[in-house]
Amino acid sequence: MQTIISIKNLSKVYDSGFNALKSINLDINTGEILGLLGPNGAGKTTLISTICGIVSPTSGEVTVDGFDIIKDFRKTRSIIGLVPQELTLGSFDTVWGTVRFSRGLFGAKRDDAYLEELLKDLSLFDKKDSEIRMLSGGMKRRVLIAKALSHNPKILFLDEPTAGVDVELRKDLWKIVNVLKSKGVTIILTTHYIEEAEELADRIGVISNGELLLVEKKAHLMETLGKKQLIVELKESLSKVPSSLDKHNIEISEDGMHISYTYIVKDEETDMSEVLQEITNSGLHIKDLKIVQSSLEDIFVDLVKEK
Amino acid sequence: MNLMAIKVIYLNEMMRFWNTLFQSVASPVISTALYFVVFGSAIGSRIENIDGISYGLFIVPGLTMLSVLTQSISNASFGIFFPKFTGTIYELLSAPVSFYETLIGYVGAAATKSLILATIILLTANLFVDLNIAHPIWMLSFLVLTCVAFSLFGFIIGLWADNFEKLQIIPLLIITPLVFLGGSFYSISMLPPVWQKVTLFNPVLYLVSGFRWSFFEISDVGVGVSLLMVLLFLSICIAIIAWMFNTGYKLKQ
Repeated sequence: MQTIISIKNLSKVYDSGFNALKSINLDINTGEILGLLGPNGAGKTTLISTICGIVSPTSGEVTVDGFDIIKDFRKTRSIIGLVPQELTLGSFDTVWGTVRFSRGLFGAKRDDAYLEELLKDLSLFDKKDSEIRMLSGGMKRRVLIAKALSHNPKILFLDEPTAGVDVELRKDLWKIVNVLKSKGVTIILTTHYIEEAEELADRIGVISNGELLLVEKKAHLMETLGKKQLIVELKESLSKVPSSLDKHNIEISEDGMHISYTYIVKDEETDMSEVLQEITNSGLHIKDLKIVQSSLEDIFVDLVKEK
Repeated sequence: MNLMAIKVIYLNEMMRFWNTLFQSVASPVISTALYFVVFGSAIGSRIENIDGISYGLFIVPGLTMLSVLTQSISNASFGIFFPKFTGTIYELLSAPVSFYETLIGYVGAAATKSLILATIILLTANLFVDLNIAHPIWMLSFLVLTCVAFSLFGFIIGLWADNFEKLQIIPLLIITPLVFLGGSFYSISMLPPVWQKVTLFNPVLYLVSGFRWSFFEISDVGVGVSLLMVLLFLSICIAIIAWMFNTGYKLKQ
């Protein structure tokens, strides 16, 4: 797959001395959705602000579509759209006025037909003559997306797009993101919500304390780092796990009616048939079985804790 | 060059002017009329002619400069400060727009607004006094240069300020006293010799003097010196802005 954004040894130290990015290396592929996960202050916003030109890097190199973000800033910025985290809009501007302003700012020629279509896609067309201050928070978020897409960018940065947004709008925004992906737009999404990354992203990057801990395909990440738990419901209550099962690190529930066995999917030492056999051999009577997969959130929490 | 960006920044700034047209126009018209009523008629009628010019007529260039300077600074400083204050500056910083294109858009709009206001003030003054301009080209040149130079200065203040207090402090505490003490309402020849020398350090004197010369062919300093001083001030402002842009001062982290 072709790389559209290449980041090499990118570091950022603010004037205060805060080291926000520590030698980040990352390649982002054309047409993918990359989810950047990380706690507050991890460096997610600094990373995307640096690529977009809002923050100056201390060292390192970033190329977008093969062009350097500093030397060829016109070429790189003209194909990038940014939806910021905060609802930063001119209160007295109209929706139409602000979207047209954005298009012009990015050097694109006037194209009212495209902008009309864009506003329709974002369910904003009937509000096009409304002043921004009259809109709800959700509508303002849509306006920010419209502004970011006004010049038809190939890359879209969404910085916490659903922070403080209700569930309905969040689902709407997810639909919009999927439509953009189907049109070939590369999307970089920073989020606190694991559910969001799990739903949307092709690959997941985890940032903590300015370091990129890992970047993996979502499915691969879930497969390799994800844990599964076999929960066995027993016919009779148990007070203690039989000693013959000690080697499998099996836990017992408070009521003694369930035992659980946690394992890593890709762990070659895991032999489920052997475990089940030993449970049966220990004299326990199985009533039911259930397998629970750990979420991306569990993986994320484990990774950040390890660091 | 991103001409489209310059155009939208310029038009967006001008739109703000049109949206508040009444207050933009009413304020200078009312204050000019008040100055003429108080200084031109009430007090001016008891003041002797200055170099053969009636006092009401004499104060027209100074009065125009007073408004041009304050409005240029106010418009340009507010124009760039407001996006910083609201956070919408992110869009400007992430757009394929050079700092110089940004400057042309904002300063161009601020200077245009000041030119419009100067025209309104001169038209208002013409209702009170019989205004004849001896050197219209020079008058226009001084006016345009002053509008641009002080819009650049306002832009510097807007970049530097990180709160509304800072935005107001320089126009209020430095510019207004300089304008009042720069011969806007009197000829420096009326001052004691020591204060005449001190006034020569006031840059506004050269603007008012040159501008007044273009109307009445009378001046406190030579017109060439006035022109040089305006150009010098313009160059200093451009140099400071170039430094601010190159270092990202108060704009980029």
